[in-house]
Amino acid sequence: MMDFAYWLPIVWAVILIAAISIYVVLDGFDLGIGMLFALERHPDRRDVMVNTVAPVWDGNETWMVLGGAVLYGVFPGAYATLLPAFYLPIILMLLALIFRGVAFEFRVMTRGTAREGLWNTGFMLGSGIAAFCQGAILGGVVQGVKVVDGAFAGGALDWLTPFSIVCGLAVMCGYALLGATWLIWRTTGVLEASCRRWASRLAAGMFLAIVAVSLWTPLLHAPYLRRWTDWPNFLFVAPVPVLVGVLGLLFIMGLRRGHSKGPFLCALGWFFLCLSGLGITMWPYAVPPGLTLWDVSSPPSSQFFQLIGTAILLPIILTYTIYSYHVFRGKVTETDGYH
Amino acid sequence: MQYAHDPALLLARFQFAFTVGVHIIFPAFSIGLAAYLAVLEGLWLKTGRPVFLDLYRYWIKIFSIVFGMGVVSGLVMSYEFGTNWSIFSKKAGPITGVLLSYEVMTAFFMEAGFLGIMLFGMNKVGRKLHFAATCCVSVGTLISMTWILSSNSWMQTPRGYTIDPATGRFLPADWLAIIFNPSFPFRLVHMGLAAFLSVAFIVGATGAWHMLKARKEGKISTEPVRVMFSMAMWMAAIIAPIQILAGDAHGLNTLKYQPAKIAAMEGDWDSEGRAPELLFGIPNMKTEHTDYAVKVPLVGSLILTHSLDGKVPGMKDFPRDQRPPSPVIFFSFRIMVALGVLMALVGFWSLWLRRNSTLFTNPVFHRVALCMAPAGFIALLCGWITTEVGRQPWTVYGLLRTSDSVSPVALSSMAVSMTAFVAVYVLVFGSGMGILVRLLGRAPQEGEHNAIPADAPKILATHTHPNVIDSSSGKGA
Repeated sequence: MMDFAYWLPIVWAVILIAAISIYVVLDGFDLGIGMLFALERHPDRRDVMVNTVAPVWDGNETWMVLGGAVLYGVFPGAYATLLPAFYLPIILMLLALIFRGVAFEFRVMTRGTAREGLWNTGFMLGSGIAAFCQGAILGGVVQGVKVVDGAFAGGALDWLTPFSIVCGLAVMCGYALLGATWLIWRTTGVLEASCRRWASRLAAGMFLAIVAVSLWTPLLHAPYLRRWTDWPNFLFVAPVPVLVGVLGLLFIMGLRRGHSKGPFLCALGWFFLCLSGLGITMWPYAVPPGLTLWDVSSPPSSQFFQLIGTAILLPIILTYTIYSYHVFRGKVTETDGYH
Repeated sequence: MQYAHDPALLLARFQFAFTVGVHIIFPAFSIGLAAYLAVLEGLWLKTGRPVFLDLYRYWIKIFSIVFGMGVVSGLVMSYEFGTNWSIFSKKAGPITGVLLSYEVMTAFFMEAGFLGIMLFGMNKVGRKLHFAATCCVSVGTLISMTWILSSNSWMQTPRGYTIDPATGRFLPADWLAIIFNPSFPFRLVHMGLAAFLSVAFIVGATGAWHMLKARKEGKISTEPVRVMFSMAMWMAAIIAPIQILAGDAHGLNTLKYQPAKIAAMEGDWDSEGRAPELLFGIPNMKTEHTDYAVKVPLVGSLILTHSLDGKVPGMKDFPRDQRPPSPVIFFSFRIMVALGVLMALVGFWSLWLRRNSTLFTNPVFHRVALCMAPAGFIALLCGWITTEVGRQPWTVYGLLRTSDSVSPVALSSMAVSMTAFVAVYVLVFGSGMGILVRLLGRAPQEGEHNAIPADAPKILATHTHPNVIDSSSGKGA
């Protein structure tokens, strides 16, 4: 049992990070498209933007529900400290996601009425606020949570620091980049051209944000810094920043040469590297600076029972998710879309 | 430990009750409607009659709105356990969290994964695959209901656990005993039937409304309207009586495992045989007496024990700090039962009219069916209030008190979020209801538009209220 108790939380941490990563990139471009409503005012092109994700956004958001449920079932100690600690930004994020989610249907169903503007704005602001809150919460977790006797013991606004604000803005920028590059892949004409312009600026912003957060994070806690500088750790982690730079170059080339998928894949790669870097930094803490994965995990019997189901179900879920994307593949234009 | 009258605890409870109370309507609606859509599409494929496709396309527009509202209000729930009930989450998470994860993996992904194809994919995947997608969504809603009710029932009748003496955590010992806990099968059947019945009465009322409208305009109602009304009334006639039997069985189960809940539902204070049934009364928790009671002799024992001299529990059997708030569930239970009986009567009436071939021509019956539109949902909410408030003062029945489950969140944060929840829910779900009513106010056409949102403005502008495009529309658009 000792072995189980040691290994199961590690396996689950990997699954959880994978689920969060999948959520971040999938709902990332949904939320990015919402934010890009601020730049694209033309109603027909806005419809095209929404139509590229309308059949899949719901599945994308389900990864966030899975993240919450896994945290609840496998790491209840983390669920029970993080959610009260980030009470206000989590509630704000959920309310923003409500506006964003219903706006998919409501903005069309109220077309031609006074309410249409409300739901277009709700789609845009809901996406932006949700993205900011997700970044701020992530930043707040990285900077640490005050815990006494395994329970949150800090104040309601402890999470709100310059670092978490920068993280919030970084995620907004990153999601907008994902949205723009997704649209380069999935649309044509004027919209695609606009997205190429936006993408280059957003990528510059994202690059600056990555540099800023990467330099700032190791200064938050001593173990974070050691993780990146100690020999021989350095050898294993050094490729991460190098790859960030390489992807940046590939991104610029892809954008200039008119590649359709390339920029999106590069943006995905950036997100993958950022999340990997985050995992390397925080390991093995679930609630820094005090609680490790093992401190917050549920009994091995719970983790094991859930792992059996996950091992069977996750491949099935991925299969039909990919199938659904496959059905709705190809460029979306103003004339076809899903009309 | 916080005290039961602590304002932060009360707000945490009220907020959870409010958000889950709004949420529960949409999944119940989705469960019933997804099954109805699967039946309609199946009938269309089998018979080739276009009326079924018309109805499918009519109701899938409603479904897309309802499902969307269910998703976003449900997302709130999956995080609210932690924000409002962190101690409960920490202690019961090893059990309830795992059940929720199974719900996500077996149901939510399946619904979401095939919803896109169901809503937008008819021309992309072909009829048979599209039907399969509809069935997957419907089965997904049923699987989802199964897991969440298992989890909920475990909180009512916990089994298959041990308690870790060091941390007070619930440790799973026997997963089959956890999942198939004693109240689960009864709750599952009762809730499933409630979802079907609620949707049947919405569909029936929609049909009734359009028949009344056609009659007023001197026209004959269209075939889709008649077919939907007839199907809904069949459901009422078959399901409503079964539901009464299921409810009775659930009541007996509750009597066995949660007698304090039964005593509070019935407003009984002293345990007695040959007990009366209270038709009305105002239970007073302080004086331990039910005021203004209107009693029917012997019926209390008859209903609860199926014998005239059976002994029924009273609240005085239980310490004061273990009694659920009787004034709430005494009434919620009675409203539920009254509506259940009314729904069954409507079902029987429809059979009578059907026999006389006046089902589609009796305006009085159509008016009644229209008034009964919310009956299923009101009964469902009242039943849910009865079972959840009746679980008090516990979150895990008899083991973990609600006052020991709440998060260490400041009262000010709770107050801010409560205000925000009410404001956003009223705006969002109020607007959603408005859109639903407008969509339902438009009669289904023969050769119904395809089920795509892009057609909605056309539909709304041409077939419903012309005043949809009002004077202020210039600013909005």
